[in-house]
Amino acid sequence: MNRILPLVIVALAILAFATLLLVAAPAAQITSVEPPEDLQPYTPAQARGRDHYVSLGCVYCHTQQPRDPAQGPDAQRGWGRPSTPADYVYDQPHQLGTMRTGPDLLNVGARLPSRSWQLTHLYQPRAITPSSLMPGFPFLFEEKNSAGEGDVVVPVPERYRPEGKVIVARQEALDLADYLLSLDRTYEATRLDLRDNGFQAEEAGNR
Amino acid sequence: MGFTIGTLLAFSFAVSLIALAALIWAISRRQFNVTQRDAMMILPEGEEGKVDDPTSHASDGHAAPESPPMTREWRRLLLFMFISAIVWLLVGSAFGLIASLKLHLPDWLNGSPELTFGRVRTMHLNAVAYGWLSLAGIGTALWVLPTIFRTPLRHPTLILLGGLLWNVGVLAGLLAVASGWTEGLEWLEFPWQVDLVLAAGGAFLAVPLIMTAAARTVGHIYVTGWYLLAAMAWFPILFVLANLPGIHSGVQEATVNWWFAHNVLGLWLTPLGVGAAYYFIPKIIGKPIFSYRLSLIGFWGLALFYSQVGIHHLIGGPVPTWVVTLSVVQSVMMLIPVIAVAINQHVLWMRNLGAFRVSLPLRFIAIGALMYTFASVQGSLEALRVINTVTHFTHYTVGHAHLGAYAFVTLVMFGSFYYMLPRITGKSWPMPYLIGLHFWLVFLGFLIYFFALTIGGWLQGLAMLDGSRDWLESMQLTVPYLEARSIGGFMMVLGHLLFAVNVLSLILGRGARQGASQQDVRVTTEAGA
Repeated sequence: MNRILPLVIVALAILAFATLLLVAAPAAQITSVEPPEDLQPYTPAQARGRDHYVSLGCVYCHTQQPRDPAQGPDAQRGWGRPSTPADYVYDQPHQLGTMRTGPDLLNVGARLPSRSWQLTHLYQPRAITPSSLMPGFPFLFEEKNSAGEGDVVVPVPERYRPEGKVIVARQEALDLADYLLSLDRTYEATRLDLRDNGFQAEEAGNR
Repeated sequence: MGFTIGTLLAFSFAVSLIALAALIWAISRRQFNVTQRDAMMILPEGEEGKVDDPTSHASDGHAAPESPPMTREWRRLLLFMFISAIVWLLVGSAFGLIASLKLHLPDWLNGSPELTFGRVRTMHLNAVAYGWLSLAGIGTALWVLPTIFRTPLRHPTLILLGGLLWNVGVLAGLLAVASGWTEGLEWLEFPWQVDLVLAAGGAFLAVPLIMTAAARTVGHIYVTGWYLLAAMAWFPILFVLANLPGIHSGVQEATVNWWFAHNVLGLWLTPLGVGAAYYFIPKIIGKPIFSYRLSLIGFWGLALFYSQVGIHHLIGGPVPTWVVTLSVVQSVMMLIPVIAVAINQHVLWMRNLGAFRVSLPLRFIAIGALMYTFASVQGSLEALRVINTVTHFTHYTVGHAHLGAYAFVTLVMFGSFYYMLPRITGKSWPMPYLIGLHFWLVFLGFLIYFFALTIGGWLQGLAMLDGSRDWLESMQLTVPYLEARSIGGFMMVLGHLLFAVNVLSLILGRGARQGASQQDVRVTTEAGA
């Protein structure tokens, strides 16, 4: 260990080896996946909504990767079947997430399909779930004295909005709700072999 | 794809084992020319066994003759790096505290998108990772490397430009995140346009350091040099590859994301912290590490195993089973290098508790090194499926992340700053009692922080896995633990303020010239410790 060049070269070779295994090999496997027939690309409004989802950092509290029934009760909670790489072919950036301060959202459009519910919840989550820890996003809405033509009025209960005002969704809120409602991977899974099935093996082993 | 799963997994594991076996063989056959005598090279002759601590009386008249002479350019550069690192520490911890409070006060500061939880949390992470930890680590390297190489730092003005660019990049990145302009990937939020500035800054920092290493006047590269030089080679490549825009999408992007994110910890922040500890612990105590040969296993084991652990962040997710299993296996293999480093560092300071009691910098660094052992062992266990299924997706992981990035790297950096700054300025700490207070505030604050999230997160995970309980319970039960975490976090922020005040008054000239008033220093240190 008296020379710099061999030290740096071996160190970089080890990193290249890791990159081959963690990046290149999975990429070769996953990029062959065909989009599922029942999964539509995002509409322009849904794509804008997804951009808001990303920029507001929803991913830091919500995953989009339901677990296998062998691992946890996700399906029982209505979060959907275990997901596979095919379910994410239109997602960039990916929003798989690592935290469940809130519930998984990969199928929230199927579980909670009401736009009014979603908009109310975005304005003030505690209007729907009193113990919720989710921040409200009042800046995606307008407080008006009365609704104008074409305004989407959000049915926020009276005690959660300023007196005498109506809450009207801005375009951002409508787009975000559109995106959330589009989250629906209830069609049949393809290529289940490309997800982590390690917990199934473990359960089979315990039997 | 059956063959891919089995073969790639077996291939990687076999290569790692063969490499490890080859390394052990090479060491036992003395193919690597390292001896215990090499470990003594950082100790000036005739000074072995004497405690070298600029914050206490134990180091009377003990300068650092092995350092190249302090020049104006070098001092200006180091102070710039340290002060800007501390500014990001204060900014980052303020955002951290706000984010922590928001988790149990969800209607607080809710009026604008810039202050929503998802952005404040992200600004916290990026400010402390790329602002505080990176700049503190590079700053430490800028002092330690010329010292162990016994040669002046090459091109300090170029490095200063690199440091300026790096700061501009961090500031621009934080403003981008605040305004909602983000790449949307954890640890990679800064837009790629901003990443260009950081990459340019990083190049100006790394190249002169490598030139300094090439111009060294000593034959042997001390173990700290291995870690720091390798980190300078790894990080730029990781950072550029991971930030290339528009290449990846979907699940494949997720594997790139976590390949990068865990390597930032394993191949960047960890070597900066371990490298610093490998220098300062023996330097302050005045005795070499336990076994210099063992440090080879620690270093190469880290490179080999740590670089493949990233996909343990996707356990149970939509990625092929074999990649997940590979990362789980290599996470467990990390025990080997971690135990090697632990033996080397802990045996030394635990056998010299007298120095540990006297020297406050050593207290920060040794406790930090101990936390590295704890964080790594916890990380290996956390990667096991049976534990991960509970802890993944919960606050437990956040506690673990802070055990590594805070209790390990940050404490080591605090201690390093306390050691280096009197050497750099030629002055004594003006308020030594604040150092002890700083230690206890951040240490106790961290214990509250860590145990609150660890217990709360574990209970959260159990509730989430229990199909007979409403999911909402798993969130509601965390509230008291989140409140406790805010209290711990508040104490840590308070400690950071004391640290900043002390550093500022030292630099602004309130400290006595070293050697001038040792008597005062002695009295106040004893009162503070």
